[in-house]
This record gives sequence, structure tokens and C-alpha cells, in this order.
Amino acid sequence: MKRTIFRNQLLPWLLLAPQLAITFIFFLWPAAQAIRQSFLRQDAFGINTSFVGLANFRALWNSPEYLNSLQVTAVFAVMVTVLSMGFSLLLAVAVDRTIRSSNVYTTLLVWPYAVAPAVAGILWWFIFNPTIGIMPYVLGGIGYDWNHISSKSDALVLVVIASAWKQISYNFLFFVAGLQSIPASLREAAAIDGAGPVRRFFDITLPLLSPTTFFLLVVNIVYAMFDTFAVIDATTEGGPAQATNILVYKVYFDGFVGQNMGSSAAQSVVLMGIVILLTAIQFRYVEKKVAY
Amino acid sequence: MIENRPGLTLLAHLVLMAGVAIVALPVWVAFVASTHTATDFMSGTIPVWPGPHLVENYARMLDAGVSTSGTPPVGTMMLNSLVMALLIACGKIAISITSAFAIVYFRFPLRQLAFWCIFITLMLPVEVRIVPTFQVVADLGLLNSYAGLSIPLIASATATFLFRQVFLTIPDELTEAARIDGAGPMKFFRDILLPLSRTNIAALFVILFIYGWNQYLWPLLITTSSDYYTVVAGIKRMADAVDGLPQWHLVMATAMLAMLPPVAVVIGMQRLFVKGLVETEK
Repeated sequence: MKRTIFRNQLLPWLLLAPQLAITFIFFLWPAAQAIRQSFLRQDAFGINTSFVGLANFRALWNSPEYLNSLQVTAVFAVMVTVLSMGFSLLLAVAVDRTIRSSNVYTTLLVWPYAVAPAVAGILWWFIFNPTIGIMPYVLGGIGYDWNHISSKSDALVLVVIASAWKQISYNFLFFVAGLQSIPASLREAAAIDGAGPVRRFFDITLPLLSPTTFFLLVVNIVYAMFDTFAVIDATTEGGPAQATNILVYKVYFDGFVGQNMGSSAAQSVVLMGIVILLTAIQFRYVEKKVAY
Repeated sequence: MIENRPGLTLLAHLVLMAGVAIVALPVWVAFVASTHTATDFMSGTIPVWPGPHLVENYARMLDAGVSTSGTPPVGTMMLNSLVMALLIACGKIAISITSAFAIVYFRFPLRQLAFWCIFITLMLPVEVRIVPTFQVVADLGLLNSYAGLSIPLIASATATFLFRQVFLTIPDELTEAARIDGAGPMKFFRDILLPLSRTNIAALFVILFIYGWNQYLWPLLITTSSDYYTVVAGIKRMADAVDGLPQWHLVMATAMLAMLPPVAVVIGMQRLFVKGLVETEK
């Protein structure tokens, strides 16, 4: 809170006007529309709409496709988060040991942040291309017949790798910052007491890193759930047989391609609930120290 | 360094080199592919080393593109991406810094409500309200325009919070001194707040430029005229179109061009980039 302020009454509204106008027109109004439409059902020609209460939500709950999408999203989010955070933590711990060359490694590891998710998807799609890609060739050498166009698990692995790859730089930077904030004296004391590097990592570094880890956990789940639309659309388009049809892709597909407005709106409302929950967790717990 | 263990240090370097190699692999493969011709892929697997067609492929994509895919030349799409990224980055910064100024330096009725309205945008990413937002933009006649590409995306709670934090750390004495010297609010804003937030603006600009350049879903939906295609959204249309006819060398050349500007920004302004990344999360 500022003690010294300006007294104008009109000026602050003028300053806020552009932001508030955009917020109302492109955020609050569409969100309200989504909530309204989620209680309505349109006929096949889009002429008559009728109020159907919670029928759209019940339909979702009884739809095997939607339940499948929920499950795919959960598996996908967990795999992306674990893969990306695990790999980044390993690299961050390694960089923490190097002294002179750490800046060089950091530069070489941060740039994937700038690659668009859609482009990341295309790059990995090409590497894993069943006819001309490098990876199917290598995998064929060890007897695995890779084909993400027909195999459900191969397709899921492909989108997980592409999504996790893109997130490595972000996790890496935050893990490095977290490691640097751990006082060296603690590790020195443990070393004097005879704890080896592995023991020190698990008993000192990892617990003291938990605020960073928890923060990244939330950020990565949000990323995997909402920012990976482009990865999916540029590669598998939700297929094969719904194997990579995550929730945000399904909202788009049912709304724009399937033209099923009521269902799409109900799905939007469910997603809003999930974002609100995750944002609340982030703000409620992240600032407090999650430490043992 | 807690103790001297050359073995561990060596291991750390090996892990890092392997990490760098894994991270760089897709881009290396794309680069190699973009320097060959279509026939080089027919042999079964793609070559491991760059070929002689680099200049030819890139020049062709930049000013002609693939006519069969219905996408304009990559040069045009990159220009559209640049305009969109700059409008989004500058727009977000402009409206957020004035909002933060209003919220921090004035007391007026409904101030808290205004703050919460901005806060709520955090919880409404475009992916979850995609259909109604599209309808609003269509009703306003903003399809196929730079305004439609950028304006719906420029509301920003994170940027507003960032500037709010920055302003809260600026000592009250400066405001008092400015007022005693007879400066009005806008003069104070222009001559004191803006210069003091310069590095924050620059750091934020780096993050927002990347954000704007990498937009995918939004441009894909609201551009039906190829004049307004952006390169990130256009590349998918191109990949779809060449699926039957393998022109992967051209798609990969486009992918390289699409990632070049944001990657250059991150590497060239690494310090600002890291600052921006850390600040926007607080």
C-alpha cells in the first residue's frame, strides 16, 4: 500500500479502461457465454435452443469418449511432468557441480523454451516418421516396429516426448536457481560428517529443493493440460482411436469440427473448474515453504 | 564444490553433454533435412550430414513457398508473425503498466473489483473458452485482421502483477518529491516510473515476444485468408498438404525459419530472458 497517492478520480479509470475493456469483451463475456450454453441444447439446425439443466454435464459423465479423454489427459500430464522434471533435475544437479562451464551449458539448454509447441511437435513427428525417420530406424535395429500412426501407445509416447522436450529449459532454469539457493554450509557439514554425494543429494538437497519442486509440479501440470494443444494438433490430432485426445483438444474438436455447442460449452466449464483449482493451489501453497 | 571428486565432475560433464545432444537432436535432424532435396529421402532413411541445397531450399521457401499447400511464401508468414508478436508484446506491456499505475497510485471506488477482474483472466486461458471467444471476434468483424490476431490476447494479469510489484518497491519519497515539485500523475508516470521500470519492461518484452510469436490455436482459427497466416500456424497446413507428396525438406526449412527469431532472442538476450521468466512467475 502506498502512503502517497494521487487524488484524481477519473484518471485511474481511463488508465484501466483498455485492460478492463479487453478483459470484459474477450474473457468474461465469452466465459459467461460458455457457462450459459452449457445449460442449453441446440437442435440440429441451430435454430431452436432449449434449457436442459445439467443434461450436458450428465451426458459428459456418461460418455465413454469423455472419460477416456480424462484418463488420457491424466496419464499424459503425469508422464510429461515426470519425464521433463526428472531430466531437468539431473541436468541441473550436473550443472551445479561444474563451475567455469556452467554458463555455456545453460545457454545450450535454455533455447528450446523459445521453440513453439507446434514446431516442437513437427520436429519430433519427423524424427519418429515411420518411413523416413531416424528413431524408427534405430528402434527397428533392436527389433521394435515403431508406428505412431497405428499404435496408440507409440502415439502417446511421441506427444509426451515432444511436450516434455519443450519444457526442459524452463524446469532446468528453476532447478538451477533452487539449487543455488541451498546454503553450501549444509552440504559441507554433511560431507564432514561422512555423507557421500548420493546420501547428501537425498537427505539434504532434495528436501531443501521441495519448494521449487512443488512449484514446478503445478506449472508442469498446467502446461501439460493446457499448453500442449499445438503439439497434439500438429502431430496426432487426438488419434489414433482417441489415444491422444486430451481435454483441451476435445473441446476444440467437439466445438469447431463436431459443432456440438452444448457439449463443448460443458467441457469448457469443467476445464475452467480445473484451472481455477490449479491456480488456487498455486497461490495458496507455492508461496509458503513446502519443506520437511 | 564441496569436495574434490574428479570422477563425479567428469560424470557431470558427460551427463551435460548427453543432455545437450538430446536437446539439440530434433533441431539437428531438421537442419540436415532442410539442406537436401526430396529425392534424398527416397533411399529409406534421411542423411546424417547436411547436404548442398541449403541456400536453394531456404530461398525458395522465403519468397515462393509451396504453392500446392495453399500457404503464402514463408517470408510473408514470418512478417505476419512479427507484426502479431510485436503487437501482442507492446500491447500487453502498455495496457498492463497503466493498469498497475492506476491500481497502485490511486484510491477510487471499486478498485478491488477492478483488480479481481484482471486477476480472473489468469484462470481463463484461451483454450478453455475457445468457441465463445471466436464468436465474439467474428461478431466484431475482426477475423482475418491484425487486430483480431492480437487484441483478444493482450489482456494480461501476470504483466499487471509484475508492474504492481515493481511500483510497490519504488520509495514513497520519490512520489512526495515529485508532488512537491508540482508534477501531476502523468508527468510522474512518464518521468519517474517508466525510466525506473526500464529493465523490467525489457525482460517482459522478451518473454511476451516469444509468447506472441509462438501462438498457434488462435491464429489457426481466425485466419482463413492466407494473407494473414502466421508461420507457426502455417507450418501445420504445409505439413498436412505435403503428406501425400513427401516434401519434408521444405517443411523442415520452414520449421527452422519459424524457430529462428524467438531462439535468437533467447540466446542473444539470455540475461533479460531469465529475469523475465523468473519475475513473471512471482
